[in-house]
Amino acid sequence: MSNEQKPAQEGLFSKKNRRLLIDPMNANNPVTVQVLGICSALAITVKLKPAIVMGLSVIVVTTMANLITSLMRNMIPNRIRIIVQLVVVAALVILVDQVLKAFVYDVSKQLSVFVGLIITNCIIMGRIEAFSLGNTPWKSVLDGLGNGAAYGGILIIVAFFRELLGNGTLLDYPVVEWMGLYDVGYKNNGMMLLPPMALIVVAMIIWVQRAKTPSLIEKD
Amino acid sequence: MNINSNKYTYVFAVVMVVLVATLLSIAATSLKPFQDKNVELEKKSDILRSIGIEGEDVESLFDQYIQEQLVIQNGEAIESEITAFDIDMASAVALAADKRQVPLFKAAVEGNTYYVLPVRGKGLWGPIWGYVALKGDGNTILGATFGHKTETPGLGAEIATPIFQDQFPGKKLFTTTYEGIEVRKGDASGDQQVDGISGGTITSVGVQDMISDCLKPYKSYLMSIADAALVPAVQLAPIVDSTLITAAL
Repeated sequence: MSNEQKPAQEGLFSKKNRRLLIDPMNANNPVTVQVLGICSALAITVKLKPAIVMGLSVIVVTTMANLITSLMRNMIPNRIRIIVQLVVVAALVILVDQVLKAFVYDVSKQLSVFVGLIITNCIIMGRIEAFSLGNTPWKSVLDGLGNGAAYGGILIIVAFFRELLGNGTLLDYPVVEWMGLYDVGYKNNGMMLLPPMALIVVAMIIWVQRAKTPSLIEKD
Repeated sequence: MNINSNKYTYVFAVVMVVLVATLLSIAATSLKPFQDKNVELEKKSDILRSIGIEGEDVESLFDQYIQEQLVIQNGEAIESEITAFDIDMASAVALAADKRQVPLFKAAVEGNTYYVLPVRGKGLWGPIWGYVALKGDGNTILGATFGHKTETPGLGAEIATPIFQDQFPGKKLFTTTYEGIEVRKGDASGDQQVDGISGGTITSVGVQDMISDCLKPYKSYLMSIADAALVPAVQLAPIVDSTLITAAL
């Protein structure tokens, strides 16, 4: 993993760095390939707006946590490194929670405990432990951005289908009503709003992704 | 320097914790005014929603429609150091009914007077609360809104949805036989009955208990409004009678 011994002359967006950003989106997606962060993907994807805010919050936290731990990586005593990581992540999450409460109160109420639970999101601790503790700050920022965005992306896809099919709206805008589908007998599927359907939607995304990406298909 | 020595580890931990604590307290203190404002706006918009008023500019709507904010104790409006709006219902309902100081919001909408009283009680997992708005007679419900902290989504949490809340308008709080609203299973056609939530029995019962418990301090105040509203009718009766008698004569 470590690229530290390489000569410093490497472009900001060299091919290697771009891969840090893009890999998590597909071949190494934290949700659909590593199957991390599923709990919150079930809980807050009933509607698009909270999913977007949650995605943004996780992007901020992974990026900042990766940056900070990467800056400190040569100072952190090895024996308490997990504690240090937790403190950094927890502090960032509390900050995000406070900011949400101050400026997007209604969304923060919908997210309720799940903002606090970002701390326990395995993606964040996983990226710090596996990547930022052994890489330079810029690479860590890219890695954090990539993983956060990949997580947020999946949330948004899941929330899109759940809100559209379950509630007939998108960002509270009544799309289905506007298309006039109710008049021809269309009904919202209330089951989409229940947590199990989030799991099924995630599974379908995994199915589509694996069908399209041969490298992910396991040989039996 | 050996970053794995005990001394370094202790110093690192202490410095880190102090830094993080300072940072977080600064953030919390500086964001507090914004957060308090949000809580206040939410409360105002909940009160307005119970009398059927919704809109973007909650602040000015509240000032426009809410005419009076009274503090009620034992059925009488009293003078209190604390303003009605700032009363914390959670600590108020913890007291015995006759010791409580509770707020009553008097609203004027298009010439009608409405009364809004806050309610608070226990659901299955945590607190539930709401606002019950009464028509000018102090008895008939105009609207009710409920909120909850942690009730089960799809079951108890349904008390916060229109499906449940829309049953309340037109129901009556006081009759000679019962004070409050009975949340029951099945038929709820009575004047004081609403249909509970299937699978949310404990929350439904919680709503029923909450309403009858929170009514207590208001009872005689609301009764006096009810009597005042009845006075014209009472006066009218003899007049009608006497005209009838005159006509008969």
